[in-house]
Amino acid sequence: MIVVKDLHKSFGDNEVLSGITEHIQVGEKVVIIGPSGSGKSTFLRCLNLLEMPTSGEIIFDGVSMTDPKTNINQMRQKMGMVFQHFNLFNNLSVLKNMTLAPVRLKQMSKAEAEENAMTLLRRVGLADKANAYPSQLSGGQKQRIAIVRAMAMKPKVMLFDEPTSALDPEMVGEVLEVMKELADDGMTMVVVTHEMGFAREVATRVLFMDGGGILEQGTPEQIFSHPQEERTKLFLSKVL
Amino acid sequence: MEYYTQWKALISSGEEVTFWQDFYVKFYQAFIEADRWKQYLGGVGTTLVVTAMALVIGIILGVLVAMLRTAHDQQLPGRRNPLLGVLNVICSVYTTVIRGTPMMVQLLIMGMVIFASSRNFTAVGALTLGINSGAYVSEIIRGGLMSLDPGQAEAGRSLGLGYLDTMRYIVIPQAFKAVLPALSNEFIILLKDTSLITYIGGKELLYAAQGIYSRTYEAMFPLIGTALIYLALVMVLTWLQGKLERRLRESDRR
Repeated sequence: MIVVKDLHKSFGDNEVLSGITEHIQVGEKVVIIGPSGSGKSTFLRCLNLLEMPTSGEIIFDGVSMTDPKTNINQMRQKMGMVFQHFNLFNNLSVLKNMTLAPVRLKQMSKAEAEENAMTLLRRVGLADKANAYPSQLSGGQKQRIAIVRAMAMKPKVMLFDEPTSALDPEMVGEVLEVMKELADDGMTMVVVTHEMGFAREVATRVLFMDGGGILEQGTPEQIFSHPQEERTKLFLSKVL
Repeated sequence: MEYYTQWKALISSGEEVTFWQDFYVKFYQAFIEADRWKQYLGGVGTTLVVTAMALVIGIILGVLVAMLRTAHDQQLPGRRNPLLGVLNVICSVYTTVIRGTPMMVQLLIMGMVIFASSRNFTAVGALTLGINSGAYVSEIIRGGLMSLDPGQAEAGRSLGLGYLDTMRYIVIPQAFKAVLPALSNEFIILLKDTSLITYIGGKELLYAAQGIYSRTYEAMFPLIGTALIYLALVMVLTWLQGKLERRLRESDRR
């Protein structure tokens, strides 16, 4: 579903990604772990072109994202993204947050979008917050809404950029729960996280990134129980 | 009326009059004689019309320039739009020239050089003030756009919304709230700067006052009166700003 070919990304002289080649299949749950500064988030943000790769190619759903002629806005509708800091639209109510894009992009009528949004809100137990503003919600509630906001576009793949890193420890669970449900529904997911428990439980494949490349990858079992690389062992010894 | 003629005769014959008699005569000739208050009122009307027109021009220009410049700055490398590059240069020349030259000089150039043949001083004045204000408004708005967490725009773009939609529904409403005090400040300055169009013949409030004291040879009352009228107008504007701010704050009730 997503093919990444020799992806490079530099910020000035600082090379953050040094040639990543990777295939992500439909239905896979890929969890990316690694030390901070290893390029995990940049890699994820390159997938929907929030960061423009310096070189290399990204093909999503058979279309080259990096081709200047591609309509990125159209491609992004099929890729949901969840951010570390939630990024709910502060000026809009929860319901408006969820219906703005589907209605504006003519995916659904206003009534359909609202119905769809309410269904999703009920699924994450936040239907009573439909008319609340983001400033009235807790971190965990914001992140659950951010997830269903992305889901409201009916994306083919969901990208998660450290979705629980900015949460109070008590609220991590409720967000991971929603993500697990999503995984059980068969959604293709790419998740950057420090939640090793989640990686172990949900991932079909774990990528360990260090120094701008994928150092090691495998099933959770392989990575967590029998890591091959010294760097992976060192990292895991610190976080597990 | 009769006191006025009586006491005025006393003054012109060089006789001693009390402070209040003197005050009454001067007040009367500054505001009441020959229905002069109508001239002030007409002046206020022009002032308000020029302010409103300049405000509209200033906001349109300011928003346009601010959006073009931020759009230019936020382009993805490798997907730069050459047209946007050209527009960005035009915009930056505009702000540099307008902010780098005195308003008075701009007014005189517009009134005496570019539109020398026009007799519609009000429109020329409003246009000049609007163009001038636009440069400042654009910087205020640009500041507001840049002050917003980039995550807000990223979230919009990640959902597939285009640049303009993201701006319109997400970024601008939030930025507007942040820049309202600075923007009000600019509009207060604009309102007061309308007094400058007097120098290209615009018949606004100060023009009326000048016309009156050049006839009566008594400048204090017309000028103090003019100052008080400006003060009152600005206070109304400030009050409106406060009301608007309270209304915008409703979306972040906690």
